[in-house]
Parts: sequence; C-alpha cells; structure tokens
Amino acid sequence: MTMKLIVIGAGMASGRALEHLFDADPDAYDVTLFNAEPRGNYNRIMLSPVLSGEKTYDEILTHDDAWYEENGVTCRFGEKIVAIDRDAKTVTADNGDVLPYDKLLFGTGSNPFMIPLPGHDLEGVIAYRDLEDTERMMSMGPDNKVVVIGGGLLGLEAAAGMAARGVNVTVVHIMGHLMERQLDEAAGYLLRKALMDKNITVKCSANSKEIVGENGQVKALMLDDGTELPCDLLVMAVGIRPNVKLAQDAGLAVGKGIHVDDQMLTSDENVLAVGECVEHNGALFGLVAPLYDQAKVVAKTLLGEDAAFVQKSLSTKLKVTGCDLFSAGDFADGEGREDIVFRDPARGVYKRLVLEENKVVGAVFYGDTADSNWFFGLIQSGEDVSEMRDTLIFGPAYQGGAALDPMAAVAALPDDAEICGCNGVSKGDIVAAINGGATDLAAVRATTKASGSCGTCTGLVEQVLGVTLGDDFVIPAAASMCGCTDLTHEDVRRMIKSRELKSMQAVFQELGWKTSCGCHVCRPALNFYLLADWPVEYQDDPQSRFINERKHANIQKDGTYSVVPRMWGGMTTPKELRAIADAAEKYNVPTVHVTGGQRIDLLGVRGEDLPAIWRDLNAAGMVSGHAYAKGLRTVKTCVGKDHCRFGTQDSTGLGIQIEKKLWGSWTPHKVKLAVSGCPRNCAEATCKDIGVVCVDSGYQIGVAGAAGMDVKETERLADVATEEEALEYITAFMQLYRENAKYLDRPYKWVAKVGLDWVKEQVFDEATRTGLIARFEFSQSIYQKDPWAEEAKKAEEKYEPIADFKLEAAE
Amino acid sequence: MSSDWIDIGALEDIPARGARVVKTAMGCVAVFRTGADEVFALENSCPHKGGPLSEGIVHGNKVTCPLHNWVFSLETGEAQGADEGTVPTYPARIDSGRVLLEHSFLQSRMAAE
Ligand code: SRM
Ligand SMILES: Cc1cc2nc3c(=O)[nH]c(=O)nc-3n(C[C@H](O)[C@H](O)[C@H](O)COP(=O)(O)OP(=O)(O)OC[C@H]3O[C@@H](n4cnc5c(N)ncnc54)[C@H](O)[C@@H]3O)c2cc1C
Ligand code: SF4
Ligand code: FES
Repeated sequence: MTMKLIVIGAGMASGRALEHLFDADPDAYDVTLFNAEPRGNYNRIMLSPVLSGEKTYDEILTHDDAWYEENGVTCRFGEKIVAIDRDAKTVTADNGDVLPYDKLLFGTGSNPFMIPLPGHDLEGVIAYRDLEDTERMMSMGPDNKVVVIGGGLLGLEAAAGMAARGVNVTVVHIMGHLMERQLDEAAGYLLRKALMDKNITVKCSANSKEIVGENGQVKALMLDDGTELPCDLLVMAVGIRPNVKLAQDAGLAVGKGIHVDDQMLTSDENVLAVGECVEHNGALFGLVAPLYDQAKVVAKTLLGEDAAFVQKSLSTKLKVTGCDLFSAGDFADGEGREDIVFRDPARGVYKRLVLEENKVVGAVFYGDTADSNWFFGLIQSGEDVSEMRDTLIFGPAYQGGAALDPMAAVAALPDDAEICGCNGVSKGDIVAAINGGATDLAAVRATTKASGSCGTCTGLVEQVLGVTLGDDFVIPAAASMCGCTDLTHEDVRRMIKSRELKSMQAVFQELGWKTSCGCHVCRPALNFYLLADWPVEYQDDPQSRFINERKHANIQKDGTYSVVPRMWGGMTTPKELRAIADAAEKYNVPTVHVTGGQRIDLLGVRGEDLPAIWRDLNAAGMVSGHAYAKGLRTVKTCVGKDHCRFGTQDSTGLGIQIEKKLWGSWTPHKVKLAVSGCPRNCAEATCKDIGVVCVDSGYQIGVAGAAGMDVKETERLADVATEEEALEYITAFMQLYRENAKYLDRPYKWVAKVGLDWVKEQVFDEATRTGLIARFEFSQSIYQKDPWAEEAKKAEEKYEPIADFKLEAAE
Repeated sequence: MSSDWIDIGALEDIPARGARVVKTAMGCVAVFRTGADEVFALENSCPHKGGPLSEGIVHGNKVTCPLHNWVFSLETGEAQGADEGTVPTYPARIDSGRVLLEHSFLQSRMAAE
C-alpha cells in the first residue's frame, strides 16, 4: 500500500526533494503538500529580479498545477499546519482537519528577523521574504522614499530593485562595510561605490534607534546620532531565524534549527526535515546550494536508500546588475595564511585569494568574476597550487605559460600602445620625448604629461625609459611608503588630492595596496593625509593612530601615561597650579616635572585614571596640551614689554593669540613655536619650527628651525608690522606645511625639500595666502576641540579593562 | 559546553583593529579584535621591555608594540622579522557576538592569589 507523506511548506528545498522522490519512484508515496503562502513552489531567490522588473512572477514558478496533478500531489496552499501528534502520527491543519501520516517532512524555511526597535510594528515596516513583501516594494515609485535596514545580500537586492524603479532608497548598515560576512573591507568599498552610482544612499556604522510613525503608519527611521531618515516604507533585512516553532511544540530535538542527522532524520525516525529550518552538526543554512544537496539525501532516505549529507564550502554572488562580486571560503587573515591581492584601479577590479599550505582556502572578487568558478573549484578540491602560484591570480588562461619578463614585455609593445591612459600618451610619444632629450621621469612627465595624473603608470614609463636608454637609465628605487605599496609618500599625497580619495579603502583600492589593511607604518600617515585633505568627508580612524594620539597622553616605559595640560603661552595662574597640585595628589602621580616647553608634566598616571584626571583639569579650565600629538605643541614666550626693560612688543600676548589659533590642529610632525620680545631672544625663537622675534618696527617671522636631533637656525619668512599680519603669515605657513609635507617631516626637513623661495611665493601671494588661511580655519572648525573633554564624556569605558577577574578571585 | 568558556563582553566592546585588557591576579591579558573580526588573547606584556601590546596598532593578524615597534603574530605570539621572542597566547573565541575566554585558563590565573 502506498504510504502517506505529508510535507509542511512548499519551499525551495521541499520542492526539490519532491522532484527527486518522484523521479526515483513516482508511486512510493501519496503526498499532501501544505503551504502557508497562498501559492505553490516558486524560486524565491528570483524575487529580486521580479522586484527590479527584470522578470515576472510567472517566470519564477518552479512547479505548476499540471505538475502537482501529474504526480498526484494533494495541494493545500494557503493552509498551515498548526499541531503535530507524533504518537498518533497525525497533523492538524489550521481549519481543524486532522490527517494521518506515515512520514512527515518539515520544509518550513525561516522567518525574517525583525529588530524589536520601538515602532517595529507600525504599518509599512516589512521584511523581504515572500511575494507579498516584493509586491509591497513594487508599489513604490519615484515619489517615494524607502529605508532599508541591513547591508547584506537581501537588503542590497531590495535596495537595488527599488532604486531601479526610481525610488529614493537609503541603506542603513550597522557594520563598517557592506556584506561584511561575505566580503572584506576592500570589496565592500567597491560595492558601496557602485551602489552610490545607482543613487542609493549608503550609511555604514549606523545604528538604528527608533522607527517614527504617524497615525500608525511609518514615517521615518531615527538613528542614534539623531539623524532622521524620512520614509514611506521601511524594509528590515537583517537576518533570518529557522522556523522551528511547530517542531519545538511537537517535542522534536531543536537547537537553533531542527536537529537532523546525515540522513536528514530528526529525533523522530518518521519525521524528516530539509532546508533552512534544519541544523546539521551545529551549522545553519541560508543559501540554496546546500539545501539542494539535502533535498537529494532526504528523497533517498524516504525511499530507504543510503545517502549522507555532507557540508561543503559555499560561494555567494549578489544579484544586482552592474555589481559583479563573488566570495567563497574563508578569507580571514591567519597565521600561515598568505594573501594574493590584485587590484586594477582603472577597471575597478579587486581580487583576493587566501592561501594556506599551498591550497586556496578563500576568494573575494569584485568587478571581474569571470573566473570565479574555476577558483571555487580550487577551493573545493583543495588542489596544491604551488606550481602556478605566481600567475594564479590571473586565472586559468595564464596557467602553463612561461613567466613574463616585464622589461621584455615593454620592449615588445608596439609604438602605438597606450602607456598613460589618463593623458592618452603612447609608447611612441614617450620614446620621441626621450630621444628629444627627456631622459628622466620628471622630464618625460613635463613634456608628454605621461604619469602626471593618476600616476599608476609611473612604473611603465620608467620601463620605457629603461628600454630606450639602456644602461644609461637606472630605474630609481624611490623609497616607497612601506611594504604595502611601491608608491612614495609624495605620490600618495598627490593622488589623494587629485583623485579625491576620501577613505582608507579608497586609497588601498585605487592605488593598488598590496595588503588588505595596511600596516603600522602606512596607516598613521594615511590617516593624517586623509584628514588634512578631506576634513569633512574623512572620518578620523583612532585605530590607525599611534597609542599616544589614541589615548591623548604619552605612554611611558612602564605602560603608565603622562598628562600635560596646556598653559597658553607659558602663562599660568594660582588657580591652575592648585588644580594641578590637587590632581597630582588625588591620582598619586609619582613625578611632576617642569618641561622644556614652559608647562607642567604629570608623569606616571594609570591608563584607567586618564578620563578622571582630565575631567578634574577640565573643571579648572584647562585643556589638553597635545604633548603627545603630531600637532601643535607649545608656544613659548618671554615676559615681554609688560615687564622687561628691553621688551618691544607684547610677546606673551601674541604667543597666547597664536596658540589659541593653532591648537588642536593635526600636522605631519609636531610643531613648536616661540615668541621673544626682543633680539636677546629669551624664548629661543630662532630654533623653533616657527619663531617670532619682536623688534621696534614689528615682527620678524622665522621658520624651519630645529633644536632636537639636528640644530638649525630659523630662516626669515617675513617681516611684518602688525600682530594681525604675523598671525596671518604663521597660519598660512602652518596650512602649507599641513597640505604638502610628508608625514614625519618636521618643517625644517620639508622646507629643505621644497625650498624657502617656493614657500615664500605661496604665502606672499595674497590670494594663495587667503585660501590657505580659509582652509586652515575650516579644518579647525572641525578639529579644534579638546580631546580630553570629548573622551572623558563619551568613551570612559574604553580606558578600563573589559573584564576584571582580580575582583572575583578576592571574593 | 558553555561552562568551559567565560563570557567577558560583547565583540563590539572591543574596537575593530584594536584591543581591550582583562585584568587577572597574574597580570593583564590583552584581547584583540582584528579587522576581519577574529579574536585573540595574548599576555599583555611585550617580551622586549614589557610594552603593553594591547595599545599597539593592529594590522592583519599582527600587532606592533607601542614602545619600540616590534611586530608579533596574534596567532602564535611570535616576534616577526629579525626580532626574537614569544608572547604567550591563550584560547579565545567568539560565539553569537560575545567574546569568550577559556575557563580553566582564567581559573589558573585567579588561583594565584
Ligand atoms: C616632557 C619633555 C621633556 C621635559 O620633561 O622637559 C619631552 C619629552 C619627550 N620628548 Fe621631547 N620633550 C620635551 C621637550 C623637547 C624639546 C624642547 C622644547 O620643546 O623646547 C625638544 C627640542 C626641540 C624639538 O622639538 O626639536 C624635544 C625634542 C624631542 C625629539 C626630537 C625631535 C626632532 O625632530 O629632532 C623627540 C623625538 C620625536 O619627536 O620624534 C622627542 C620626544 C619626546 C617624547 C615624547 C619621547 C616619546 O616619544 O615618548 C618624550 C615623552 C616623555 C613622556 O613620557 O612624557 N622630543 N623635546 C618636554 C615636553 C615639552 C612640552 O611641554 O610639550
Ligand atoms: C529575496 C531573496 C533572495 C535570495 N537570493 C538568494 C540567492 O541569490 N542565492 C541563494 O542561494 N539563496 C538566496 N536566497 C535564500 C533562499 O531563497 C532560501 O535559502 C530558500 O528559499 C530556503 O528554502 P526552504 O525550502 O528552506 O524555505 P522556503 O523557501 O522559505 O519555504 C518555506 C515555506 O514553508 C512555509 N511554511 C512555514 N511554516 C509552515 C507551516 N506551519 N505550515 C505550512 N507551511 C509553512 C512558508 O510559508 C514557506 O513558503 C534568497 C532569499 C530571498 C528571500
Ligand atoms: S631627551 Fe626627551 S626623549 Fe630623550 S629621555 Fe629625555 S625626555 Fe625622553
Ligand atoms: S617593549 Fe615592545 S618593542 Fe620594546
């Protein structure tokens, strides 16, 4: 007699399982198929093309009425199973019908997870799971605004689908980059860029706080930084949870999903489960590939045949037109793991392979996924790739050929081959320039413009020089920033400006960084360049700063810190001194030292006491002295004409004005100033980065002095008559230094490179000077804030241990 | 299972490419979070001159000591390049967004008092 099989859920997994079952033995079971959705099996993953308008619902049906009829399936669509009695072997439908079974198959899929934000139950807050959700989104048009919470696969497909309909879409993602589970930061950056080109607004590191409604209807999403994003529809696509309620009520073994063994049997031998609702060896599933493998196994088990489900590595693709991306395997950094990174900035291509023990274990591709299947094959087979390691990243087409000599390759290029894409300069043009006397890179750049724009062809131009001049040309080994790039600091700075690179990932990608996230040498430099050039657009990255700048204090050899409050122009008051003395006692500061910079250093403060001591000093009106910063340090002054019989001007007053204007700004290296009241120069102004000597007729401004590892007298930048002018020239010089110097060059080193004459030309030209000052002031409007006050109020906990087991032990 | 591991806090409480310390009777343990969201626990003291490794710059699966720039693997604790020395490493893992350290190891660090 045919046995009765009841299937709960007409989803992608159960649909496939039934196909295998009927193929193998059409008469083994009499099947009844329940589905909560009022329709039969369809290809859920194609809802995204339906949403964007590339497909219709009819095209994504997988099984039609004729198929169910042919296979004798009793369809009960739009009906739910609400209870199971495993002893009696019956199920109860929501209309009260009780049906007996011999075998029961769970294919209940998952439920979308809804974050329980205030307002999550408002009308117009939906998930993205079924046809109803899709139709709801399809009803939106160019007059509507939609917010999508979640920058994963589903959220982005929803966003792109609606954007294709002209809807104004914003994606809010809690993590720092999109699709963080499938993509590394670099690919996430490219994806974000592509989505922004589709007019989708993307907000990463954004925390949702509340959904705002009006008359029960959604109106806006509020973020925890206070931003309000108005919307007519809010789609939450933040994850799924296996749908296990029914199984749990029936007393089956359930963890996060319904427990199944390798045969897809649950804890009850007559009950099987397949699809997203299961948990197998601790793993859950959210993509169809493994579900299809499970479907094969479950069909065999139902027929009493041997089969076992084996988990395999998975790959992901995003179904958004124009965003080619692929990721597979495990791409976290790790000991013994090696990265092969290939970036082609011109084509927007990023490829990364992760190797371990000569095998490919992970891959992330963006922009060019043509060979992804071949790489996925290598991951699954675990083949040894050491033989083809050098050319592996270029894909299967390059395997088995002879390795290329770059010089020979350039020599072989025809004359009309384009070398510099930005300026359309061919190899022939460059050779002609060289024969015309341009025998180094700078000369070629000047005559042909080759490598003058994005600079990525610099190496090629040098190779053309090498090929043309033979031994007369030695390709210069310009000191690169660090092992992560072949570019120099200067190249990188130039390109950050000319190509408007506004994030670390933009630099890594567009300039072809060889590592995934830089190193301790390049990251601090990049962080400075980016914040100096893009004060608004770039977000300062504390994790790319040296500890002193991250903790706003100098680390000591024993791991404690020093605290130096600012004393404007070296002036202080009894009240400040009292507050410093109180703080020193309260926090058991072992050493109090008067520094060489006219202020007081409290040395030996414990890291976790920092916010508290800062708060005490803030309360007495003092701010950070930035004694730790690549930024403005001190402005030393002498007592000047108020007291001294030789004083010509108010040196103390000017020093205070300068310090109040410049403090808080970040610079390539530290900057120290001094103002002396007369040429006796008691404030040692002639060996500072910037020093002013007051004379009867006004102010002599010197720059580029040194008194540390090198000792050097300042050079005269300008003589001016008024304090206002002195402030202007000093500010302009600071900004010129900020915009042009290499990270860790003090002004004297930088001026030696560019020449004092060039510096003077810039600051004496009125338009240039005004521009420099305006940009400095603009940057100060963002960066001139007391880090002690900011940190003490917002981030106290990060100065404390995350956990303290000392206390527990004492109990 | 769960009793073998102790929950010390949420992953978000540690900055990406950063670290926090766990205090124990026998000194601090540095718990690192990499850019790829992996966690590693190491002794917080540099074998060179005791620098607090938790304050270093984290890049890939490595950390650079804040005092004299020695670079250590977070996985093995070994000094990279020409420098020689090893930092003890301890079991750590992430479960559902929580950072866990192994119980018996923490126990041994508490027993000292
Ligand atoms: C505290 C102080 C010594 C003191 O007790 O007087 C000091 C202390 C340090 N100096 Fe200095 N310098 C101090 C005045 C000076 C001076 C004199 C001055 O400013 O008038 C100089 C010579 C002028 C100059 O800046 O070149 C000076 C030249 C240096 C140098 C060499 C810089 C150079 O380019 O030649 C370094 C190393 C560096 O910056 O790379 C340095 C680095 C340091 C560091 C930050 C070392 C470090 O990286 O950890 C010391 C921190 C000690 C601590 O734990 O707090 N310190 N240092 C002085 C703080 C001044 C202030 O109030 O901010
Ligand atoms: C928009 C979208 C795009 C996707 N894109 C991809 C992709 O590109 N690649 C990929 O691999 N995966 C993708 N997925 C995931 C993929 O669709 C799922 O992994 C797959 O559909 C899961 O199949 P399933 O059979 O387990 O569950 P489902 O397909 O969800 O089917 C479960 C069915 O059971 C029904 N049901 C639940 N409880 C009961 C009950 N008590 N009684 C009766 N019926 C019940 C539900 O109504 C549902 O119809 C996508 C998913 C969505 C939503
Ligand atoms: S001179 Fe400066 S850097 Fe050297 S020991 Fe003294 S404070 Fe430290
Ligand atoms: S103490 Fe760590 S490198 Fe010196």
